[in-house]
Amino acid sequence: MTILNVLVYPDENLKKISQPVKDFSADLKKFVRDLEETFRSFPGCVGIAAPQVGRFERIVLVDISHKPQHANHGFLVLINPEIKFYEGTSLGREGCLSVPDYTGKVERAKSITLEAVNESGEKLQFCMSGYEARAVQHEMDHLDGKLFLDRLVGRRNALSRRTEVST
Amino acid sequence: MENWLMLTLVGKDRPGIVAEVSHALFNMKGNLGEASMTRLGGNFTIMLMVSIPEKKSAVAEKLRPLCDKLKLFFHLDEVEADLHHHIEPDVRISIHGADQAGIVAHATSALFKAGLNILNLESDVGGNPENPVYIMHIEGVAGKGLDTVDKALQTLARENNVVASMTPIDTMVG
Repeated sequence: MTILNVLVYPDENLKKISQPVKDFSADLKKFVRDLEETFRSFPGCVGIAAPQVGRFERIVLVDISHKPQHANHGFLVLINPEIKFYEGTSLGREGCLSVPDYTGKVERAKSITLEAVNESGEKLQFCMSGYEARAVQHEMDHLDGKLFLDRLVGRRNALSRRTEVST
Repeated sequence: MENWLMLTLVGKDRPGIVAEVSHALFNMKGNLGEASMTRLGGNFTIMLMVSIPEKKSAVAEKLRPLCDKLKLFFHLDEVEADLHHHIEPDVRISIHGADQAGIVAHATSALFKAGLNILNLESDVGGNPENPVYIMHIEGVAGKGLDTVDKALQTLARENNVVASMTPIDTMVG
Protein backbone atom coordinates (compact mmCIF):
# COMPACT_ATOMS: atom_id res chain seq x y z
CA MET A 1 0.00 0.00 0.00
CA THR A 2 1.06 3.57 -0.61
CA ILE A 3 0.51 6.83 1.21
CA LEU A 4 -0.65 9.26 -1.44
CA ASN A 5 0.14 12.96 -1.68
CA VAL A 6 -2.72 15.14 -0.40
CA LEU A 7 -3.50 18.26 -2.43
CA VAL A 8 -3.50 21.44 -0.39
CA TYR A 9 -5.55 24.57 -1.02
CA PRO A 10 -5.19 26.81 -3.08
CA ASP A 11 -4.42 23.96 -5.50
CA GLU A 12 -6.94 24.53 -8.31
CA ASN A 13 -7.44 20.79 -8.71
CA LEU A 14 -9.49 20.80 -5.51
CA LYS A 15 -12.18 22.68 -7.46
CA LYS A 16 -12.59 19.95 -10.09
CA ILE A 17 -15.84 17.99 -10.34
CA SER A 18 -15.24 14.27 -9.91
CA GLN A 19 -16.76 11.70 -12.24
CA PRO A 20 -18.79 8.61 -11.29
CA VAL A 21 -16.85 5.37 -10.92
CA LYS A 22 -17.64 3.00 -13.79
CA ASP A 23 -14.82 0.48 -13.59
CA PHE A 24 -14.96 -1.74 -10.50
CA SER A 25 -11.71 -3.53 -11.27
CA ALA A 26 -8.77 -4.57 -9.10
CA ASP A 27 -7.28 -1.12 -9.74
CA LEU A 28 -10.20 0.46 -7.88
CA LYS A 29 -9.72 -1.88 -4.91
CA LYS A 30 -6.00 -1.09 -4.82
CA PHE A 31 -6.72 2.64 -4.95
CA VAL A 32 -9.22 2.36 -2.09
CA ARG A 33 -6.59 0.58 0.03
CA ASP A 34 -4.04 3.31 -0.75
CA LEU A 35 -6.61 6.00 0.04
CA GLU A 36 -7.34 4.29 3.35
CA GLU A 37 -3.62 4.07 4.14
CA THR A 38 -3.32 7.79 3.39
CA PHE A 39 -6.32 8.66 5.56
CA ARG A 40 -5.06 6.49 8.46
CA SER A 41 -1.72 8.32 8.35
CA PHE A 42 -3.45 11.44 9.74
CA PRO A 43 -4.39 10.72 13.36
CA GLY A 44 -7.78 12.14 14.33
CA CYS A 45 -8.93 12.49 10.73
CA VAL A 46 -12.43 11.16 10.03
CA GLY A 47 -12.50 10.92 6.26
CA ILE A 48 -10.96 11.55 2.88
CA ALA A 49 -12.17 11.96 -0.69
CA ALA A 50 -10.44 10.68 -3.84
CA PRO A 51 -9.99 14.15 -5.40
CA GLN A 52 -7.92 15.17 -2.36
CA VAL A 53 -5.21 12.86 -3.70
CA GLY A 54 -5.73 13.87 -7.33
CA ARG A 55 -8.04 11.07 -8.47
CA PHE A 56 -11.20 12.75 -9.73
CA GLU A 57 -13.65 9.92 -9.18
CA ARG A 58 -16.60 9.85 -6.80
CA ILE A 59 -15.07 7.89 -3.94
CA VAL A 60 -15.04 8.86 -0.27
CA LEU A 61 -13.96 7.08 2.88
CA VAL A 62 -15.38 7.90 6.30
CA ASP A 63 -14.60 6.42 9.68
CA ILE A 64 -15.52 8.13 12.93
CA SER A 65 -15.36 4.96 15.03
CA HIS A 66 -12.39 6.34 16.99
CA LYS A 67 -14.89 8.83 18.45
CA PRO A 68 -17.23 6.34 20.09
CA GLN A 69 -19.30 9.09 21.73
CA HIS A 70 -20.86 9.57 18.28
CA ALA A 71 -23.16 6.96 16.73
CA ASN A 72 -21.51 5.50 13.63
CA HIS A 73 -21.51 2.77 11.00
CA GLY A 74 -17.79 1.99 11.27
CA PHE A 75 -15.44 2.25 8.30
CA LEU A 76 -17.36 3.29 5.18
CA VAL A 77 -16.20 3.01 1.59
CA LEU A 78 -18.71 5.09 -0.37
CA ILE A 79 -18.54 4.98 -4.14
CA ASN A 80 -20.84 7.15 -6.25
CA PRO A 81 -22.59 8.35 -3.08
CA GLU A 82 -25.84 10.28 -3.29
CA ILE A 83 -27.74 11.95 -0.50
CA LYS A 84 -31.41 11.16 -1.03
CA PHE A 85 -32.86 12.97 1.96
CA TYR A 86 -31.76 15.81 4.21
CA GLU A 87 -33.35 16.83 7.48
CA GLY A 88 -32.63 19.63 9.97
CA THR A 89 -29.51 21.73 10.26
CA SER A 90 -26.66 21.86 12.71
CA LEU A 91 -23.66 24.08 13.17
CA GLY A 92 -20.29 22.50 13.86
CA ARG A 93 -16.60 23.17 13.56
CA GLU A 94 -14.69 21.59 10.68
CA GLY A 95 -11.15 21.34 9.45
CA CYS A 96 -9.68 19.59 6.42
CA LEU A 97 -6.49 17.79 5.42
CA SER A 98 -6.44 20.03 2.35
CA VAL A 99 -6.68 23.24 4.43
CA PRO A 100 -4.01 23.02 7.15
CA ASP A 101 -4.07 25.22 10.28
CA TYR A 102 -7.59 26.53 9.89
CA THR A 103 -10.96 25.46 11.21
CA GLY A 104 -14.33 27.14 10.98
CA LYS A 105 -18.02 26.82 11.64
CA VAL A 106 -20.12 25.19 8.96
CA GLU A 107 -23.81 24.48 8.75
CA ARG A 108 -24.78 20.99 7.59
CA ALA A 109 -27.89 18.88 7.45
CA LYS A 110 -28.41 17.17 10.78
CA SER A 111 -29.63 13.88 9.34
CA ILE A 112 -29.23 12.32 5.91
CA THR A 113 -30.23 9.24 4.01
CA LEU A 114 -27.39 8.10 1.84
CA GLU A 115 -27.08 5.66 -1.06
CA ALA A 116 -23.79 4.45 -2.49
CA VAL A 117 -22.07 1.30 -3.71
CA ASN A 118 -19.00 -0.44 -2.32
CA GLU A 119 -15.81 -1.49 -4.17
CA SER A 120 -17.65 -4.51 -5.57
CA GLY A 121 -20.52 -2.43 -6.89
CA GLU A 122 -22.98 -3.66 -4.24
CA LYS A 123 -25.67 -1.19 -3.17
CA LEU A 124 -25.47 0.40 0.27
CA GLN A 125 -27.95 2.56 2.13
CA PHE A 126 -27.49 4.40 5.41
CA CYS A 127 -29.50 6.71 7.59
CA MET A 128 -27.17 8.75 9.74
CA SER A 129 -27.14 11.90 11.78
CA GLY A 130 -24.87 14.22 13.73
CA TYR A 131 -21.12 13.89 13.50
CA GLU A 132 -21.09 11.03 10.99
CA ALA A 133 -23.56 12.82 8.71
CA ARG A 134 -21.38 15.92 8.91
CA ALA A 135 -18.28 13.91 7.95
CA VAL A 136 -20.04 12.37 4.92
CA GLN A 137 -21.33 15.76 3.73
CA HIS A 138 -17.86 17.29 4.14
CA GLU A 139 -16.22 14.51 2.10
CA MET A 140 -18.94 14.51 -0.57
CA ASP A 141 -18.43 18.24 -1.07
CA HIS A 142 -14.91 17.43 -2.34
CA LEU A 143 -16.51 15.42 -5.16
CA ASP A 144 -18.18 18.62 -6.36
CA GLY A 145 -15.07 20.74 -6.00
CA LYS A 146 -16.20 22.37 -2.77
CA LEU A 147 -14.27 22.90 0.45
CA PHE A 148 -15.65 23.73 3.89
CA LEU A 149 -14.25 27.21 3.25
CA ASP A 150 -17.07 27.65 0.71
CA ARG A 151 -19.64 27.12 3.48
CA LEU A 152 -18.17 29.03 6.41
CA VAL A 153 -20.47 30.87 8.73
CA GLY A 154 -18.83 34.08 9.98
CA ARG A 155 -17.75 34.40 13.59
CA ARG A 156 -20.41 36.81 14.82
CA ASN A 157 -23.12 35.35 12.60
CA ALA A 158 -22.46 31.98 14.10
CA LEU A 159 -23.00 33.33 17.58
CA SER A 160 -26.15 35.38 17.09
CA ARG A 161 -27.84 33.83 14.13
CA ARG A 162 -30.85 35.37 12.53
CA THR A 163 -32.97 34.00 9.77
CA GLU A 164 -32.86 36.25 6.77
CA VAL A 165 -35.95 36.20 4.64
CA SER A 166 -35.86 37.66 1.18
CA THR A 167 -39.07 39.33 0.08
CA MET B 1 13.31 38.53 8.48
CA GLU B 2 9.85 40.01 7.99
CA ASN B 3 8.95 43.15 9.90
CA TRP B 4 5.50 42.64 11.46
CA LEU B 5 3.54 45.42 13.08
CA MET B 6 0.25 45.28 14.98
CA LEU B 7 -1.93 48.26 14.09
CA THR B 8 -4.56 49.20 16.66
CA LEU B 9 -7.06 51.72 15.42
CA VAL B 10 -10.29 53.17 16.78
CA GLY B 11 -12.65 55.97 15.87
CA LYS B 12 -16.23 56.97 15.25
CA ASP B 13 -17.69 54.58 12.70
CA ARG B 14 -18.21 55.76 9.15
CA PRO B 15 -18.16 53.98 5.79
CA GLY B 16 -14.75 53.62 4.14
CA ILE B 17 -12.40 53.23 7.12
CA VAL B 18 -11.28 49.71 6.21
CA ALA B 19 -10.82 50.53 2.53
CA GLU B 20 -8.82 53.69 3.16
CA VAL B 21 -6.58 52.24 5.88
CA SER B 22 -5.88 49.00 4.04
CA HIS B 23 -5.17 50.94 0.84
CA ALA B 24 -2.71 53.19 2.68
CA LEU B 25 -0.88 50.11 3.99
CA PHE B 26 -0.91 48.52 0.52
CA ASN B 27 0.68 51.69 -0.89
CA MET B 28 3.49 51.18 1.64
CA LYS B 29 3.89 47.63 0.25
CA GLY B 30 2.27 46.24 3.38
CA ASN B 31 0.93 42.69 3.41
CA LEU B 32 -1.92 42.20 5.87
CA GLY B 33 -1.97 39.17 8.16
CA GLU B 34 -4.73 38.23 10.56
CA ALA B 35 -7.13 40.95 11.60
CA SER B 36 -10.11 41.67 13.78
CA MET B 37 -12.26 44.58 12.64
CA THR B 38 -15.58 45.26 14.25
CA ARG B 39 -18.05 47.91 15.32
CA LEU B 40 -18.26 48.30 19.11
CA GLY B 41 -21.08 50.65 20.00
CA GLY B 42 -20.73 53.55 17.59
CA ASN B 43 -16.99 53.03 17.22
CA PHE B 44 -15.14 51.13 14.58
CA THR B 45 -12.15 49.18 15.85
CA ILE B 46 -9.32 47.50 14.02
CA MET B 47 -6.51 45.28 15.20
CA LEU B 48 -4.50 44.02 12.31
CA MET B 49 -1.15 42.46 11.59
CA VAL B 50 0.82 43.89 8.72
CA SER B 51 4.16 42.81 7.31
CA ILE B 52 5.75 45.95 5.94
CA PRO B 53 9.20 46.97 4.70
CA GLU B 54 9.30 50.33 6.46
CA LYS B 55 10.07 50.88 10.12
CA LYS B 56 7.36 51.55 12.68
CA SER B 57 8.12 55.28 12.88
CA ALA B 58 7.94 55.71 9.10
CA VAL B 59 4.65 53.80 8.89
CA ALA B 60 3.20 55.93 11.70
CA GLU B 61 4.26 59.12 9.93
CA LYS B 62 2.56 58.03 6.71
CA LEU B 63 -0.63 56.87 8.45
CA ARG B 64 -1.04 60.04 10.51
CA PRO B 65 -2.52 62.35 7.82
CA LEU B 66 -5.14 59.71 6.89
CA CYS B 67 -6.03 58.97 10.51
CA ASP B 68 -6.27 62.70 11.27
CA LYS B 69 -8.60 63.12 8.30
CA LEU B 70 -10.79 60.18 9.43
CA LYS B 71 -10.51 61.20 13.12
CA LEU B 72 -9.02 57.85 14.11
CA PHE B 73 -6.69 57.11 17.00
CA PHE B 74 -4.03 54.60 16.11
CA HIS B 75 -1.11 52.81 17.64
CA LEU B 76 1.61 50.57 16.23
CA ASP B 77 3.61 47.82 17.94
CA GLU B 78 6.37 45.60 16.62
CA VAL B 79 5.27 41.98 17.05
CA GLU B 80 6.30 38.43 16.20
CA ALA B 81 3.90 37.04 13.62
CA ASP B 82 3.68 33.46 14.95
CA LEU B 83 1.29 32.58 12.14
CA HIS B 84 0.28 29.00 11.29
CA HIS B 85 -0.02 28.00 14.94
CA HIS B 86 -3.76 28.24 15.50
CA ILE B 87 -4.96 26.75 18.77
CA GLU B 88 -8.21 24.81 18.52
CA PRO B 89 -10.89 25.68 21.09
CA ASP B 90 -12.61 22.76 22.77
CA VAL B 91 -15.45 24.66 24.43
CA ARG B 92 -17.91 27.43 23.61
CA ILE B 93 -19.43 29.37 26.49
CA SER B 94 -22.50 31.58 26.42
CA ILE B 95 -23.38 33.97 29.23
CA HIS B 96 -26.25 36.43 29.25
CA GLY B 97 -28.37 38.39 31.66
CA ALA B 98 -29.32 41.86 32.81
CA ASP B 99 -26.35 44.16 32.27
CA GLN B 100 -24.41 44.65 35.49
CA ALA B 101 -20.99 46.05 36.29
CA GLY B 102 -18.43 43.34 36.95
CA ILE B 103 -19.98 40.46 35.04
CA VAL B 104 -17.00 40.10 32.68
CA ALA B 105 -14.57 40.30 35.59
CA HIS B 106 -16.49 37.70 37.61
CA ALA B 107 -16.99 35.38 34.66
CA THR B 108 -13.44 35.49 33.34
CA SER B 109 -11.92 35.17 36.84
CA ALA B 110 -14.05 32.11 37.53
CA LEU B 111 -13.17 30.62 34.14
CA PHE B 112 -9.47 31.35 34.62
CA LYS B 113 -9.53 29.51 37.95
CA ALA B 114 -11.33 26.66 36.17
CA GLY B 115 -8.37 26.39 33.77
CA LEU B 116 -9.89 28.07 30.73
CA ASN B 117 -7.57 29.69 28.21
CA ILE B 118 -9.70 32.23 26.32
CA LEU B 119 -9.05 32.31 22.58
CA ASN B 120 -11.94 34.50 21.55
CA LEU B 121 -14.44 36.65 23.43
CA GLU B 122 -17.22 38.68 21.90
CA SER B 123 -19.79 40.62 23.85
CA ASP B 124 -22.72 42.81 22.98
CA VAL B 125 -25.10 45.03 24.88
CA GLY B 126 -28.61 44.39 23.63
CA GLY B 127 -32.06 45.09 24.96
CA ASN B 128 -33.14 48.69 25.34
CA PRO B 129 -31.49 51.59 27.21
CA GLU B 130 -33.81 51.13 30.19
CA ASN B 131 -33.18 47.40 30.45
CA PRO B 132 -29.82 46.62 28.83
CA VAL B 133 -28.91 42.98 28.37
CA TYR B 134 -25.32 41.75 28.30
CA ILE B 135 -24.52 38.84 25.98
CA MET B 136 -21.08 37.26 25.93
CA HIS B 137 -19.68 34.38 23.93
CA ILE B 138 -16.31 32.84 24.67
CA GLU B 139 -14.33 30.13 22.94
CA GLY B 140 -11.36 28.58 24.64
CA VAL B 141 -9.37 25.58 25.76
CA ALA B 142 -10.47 23.91 28.99
CA GLY B 143 -7.08 23.12 30.55
CA LYS B 144 -8.64 21.40 33.56
CA GLY B 145 -11.38 19.64 31.64
CA LEU B 146 -14.93 20.49 30.67
CA ASP B 147 -16.51 19.39 33.97
CA THR B 148 -14.45 21.96 35.86
CA VAL B 149 -15.62 24.70 33.50
CA ASP B 150 -19.21 23.52 33.78
CA LYS B 151 -19.11 23.64 37.59
CA ALA B 152 -17.60 27.14 37.50
CA LEU B 153 -20.39 28.29 35.19
CA GLN B 154 -23.08 26.86 37.44
CA THR B 155 -21.65 28.75 40.41
CA LEU B 156 -21.29 31.90 38.31
CA ALA B 157 -24.92 31.68 37.19
CA ARG B 158 -26.18 31.16 40.72
CA GLU B 159 -24.16 33.95 42.31
CA ASN B 160 -24.65 36.55 39.57
CA ASN B 161 -28.15 35.82 38.36
CA VAL B 162 -27.08 35.19 34.77
CA VAL B 163 -27.63 32.33 32.35
CA ALA B 164 -24.34 30.55 31.71
CA SER B 165 -23.94 27.48 29.54
CA MET B 166 -21.23 25.64 27.66
CA THR B 167 -21.08 23.44 24.59
CA PRO B 168 -18.10 21.18 23.84
CA ILE B 169 -16.47 21.81 20.47
CA ASP B 170 -15.54 18.60 18.73
CA THR B 171 -13.80 19.75 15.57
CA MET B 172 -14.28 17.36 12.67
CA VAL B 173 -11.25 17.06 10.41
CA GLY B 174 -11.98 15.39 7.13
